Amino acid sequence: MNMLENAGFEEREHTADWSLHVWAPDLAGLIEQAAKGMADLSGIKTDDKERVTRTIKIESTDAEGLLVNFLTELLHLMDTAGLIFDTFNLVVAENVVNAKMEGSPILERKKEIKAVTYHNLKIEKKSRGLEAEIVFDV
Amino acid sequence: MVALSDLKKISDVEWEIPTAFRADMRVPVAIFATRELLEAIAGDKSLDQAVNAATLPGLVGRVVVMPDMHQGYGFPIGGVAATEYPHGVISPGAIGYDINCGVRLLASQIELDRVSDELDDLAMSLNRHCPSGVGVSGHYRLNDKELDQVMREGAQWALKKGFASEADLGRTEEFGSIQGADPAKVSQRAKQRGANQIGTLGAGNHFIEVDVVDKVFDEDAANVMGLREGNLTLMIHCGSRGFGHQICTDYVRDFQSIVPKYKIQLPDRELVCAPMNSAEGKAYFGAMNSAANFAFANRQLLAYHARQAFEESLAGRVKNWHLHQVYDIAHNMGKVETHKVDGKNMEVCVHRKGATRAFGPGTPGLPGEFQKIGQPVLVPGSMGTASWVLVGTEGSMARSFGSTCHGAGRTMSRSKAKKTVRGSELRAELEARGIHVQAGSLPGLAEEAPQAYKDVDEVVETVARAGIARKVARLRPVAVVKG
Repeated sequence: MNMLENAGFEEREHTADWSLHVWAPDLAGLIEQAAKGMADLSGIKTDDKERVTRTIKIESTDAEGLLVNFLTELLHLMDTAGLIFDTFNLVVAENVVNAKMEGSPILERKKEIKAVTYHNLKIEKKSRGLEAEIVFDV
Repeated sequence: MVALSDLKKISDVEWEIPTAFRADMRVPVAIFATRELLEAIAGDKSLDQAVNAATLPGLVGRVVVMPDMHQGYGFPIGGVAATEYPHGVISPGAIGYDINCGVRLLASQIELDRVSDELDDLAMSLNRHCPSGVGVSGHYRLNDKELDQVMREGAQWALKKGFASEADLGRTEEFGSIQGADPAKVSQRAKQRGANQIGTLGAGNHFIEVDVVDKVFDEDAANVMGLREGNLTLMIHCGSRGFGHQICTDYVRDFQSIVPKYKIQLPDRELVCAPMNSAEGKAYFGAMNSAANFAFANRQLLAYHARQAFEESLAGRVKNWHLHQVYDIAHNMGKVETHKVDGKNMEVCVHRKGATRAFGPGTPGLPGEFQKIGQPVLVPGSMGTASWVLVGTEGSMARSFGSTCHGAGRTMSRSKAKKTVRGSELRAELEARGIHVQAGSLPGLAEEAPQAYKDVDEVVETVARAGIARKVARLRPVAVVKG
């Protein structure tokens, strides 16, 4: 569990797959926490001597779509480029996320996430900001 | 939330959630389970997910769930739903991300007693020959043209390349090459993810297992399949790898915005769907069949490498080390089939997610040798427990759209399994029982501990009692390879 004061993530029980509860003051923070949570679930070891940067642009019709599409893009980069990111500079405009990310090559990945799902996904406004629960197919 | 008191009892092994339970249900939900299995199922949200599945437009008959049912995402694992073709919908989430995840069984004339001392070597050899684990590439990197051929031809491609025999294909669902694949509807991203993953096992609950035929229940059917008590078999469980995962991801994303266009209202966005006769529905169907063919080719390549491992470890030590195919089945697929609905034959799209096709005797499309006994059904158990060979029946054709169970079914989350079971202790326990284990990750092994699953024998007993499958043989594991 990563428990920063007002942003973080924690794994929740799910019979077959993985469920990640994330919270943050705003959507950019929520997406960042979800990205870090997904990396944490994947059990990744990195080559920290080599640093890489990537700039991506994600679009969708709503906030949940942005969250799923962003994580899916990271999954794609894990699978095809062998990269994982730990530092994010995210700018969220209406239905668009522009991200500058810094990370490292993956040395070891213990767990495979097949996909990020929309299952019961709803970003809700609560007392500490935005919260969501994301189910991953594993 | 569905409570057990909401269920109507049909028999000791069949229950129903009537459409009156919730206003948006279009058809009832039938559950094949004993009271005890139902209580295990009621511990998670799978029954609610089955009710959600019963809202898909164009459903016919009833949504059917199997005794190995458990909570998934959108549609429950162990679910079967048939929609009228071509006006009903197709839902990628009701098929799953691992399109054509399935099981292949090969049998041999190798007697366990003769090779007991070679099993450790065999497990290591299988592990060497069959690439497994997270992010592991295979022996092949397909160029665009070859990937296109795999998408169109499936295991037929493997036959042309010398990785398969005609006999293998004759004993594969759809003869290893499903019609209707349309590579043009597959994204470049899926192709990127799939190009170097052909011929790989992956990780998670996927495995290669050497079993021994422990007990035969139907001598005639076992003879047709070449199964004999005391002889070794080989089981492969995997699917379409990142290629299929990306195709499902692409279409679940794209369908989010087309659902309003078709005025479809759903209780869960993961159930997004499109009419089969729409451009979007046809595109997904073409892409899904491409992934199905990829998976048939994938299991064929793994079988080819498993045969190499058997040759390396056993040739010269036993007279006949060869493996012949028993069958290869899909348990995550959407297929257009003809079934009897309300007494009339009807073309339907059968969604099976964690459920196995189980065609009864005489069903068109089955290989001639299985016409009399029914289609072989392969049901892997949890690690270290029995697996089963069944056949489809008249009952499965009449009551479950020619479908039956697909495995044991989880009851415990992966995180809880890891907290409850230590991978090193589990491996020692399995080894003490004479099961040789090759595992890429000990925590990964713990996640798949038998304690995290239902009792596969109880699941199989239930489908047999319900008449939606018949028992042929029980297999006992002697060596397991996991990514």
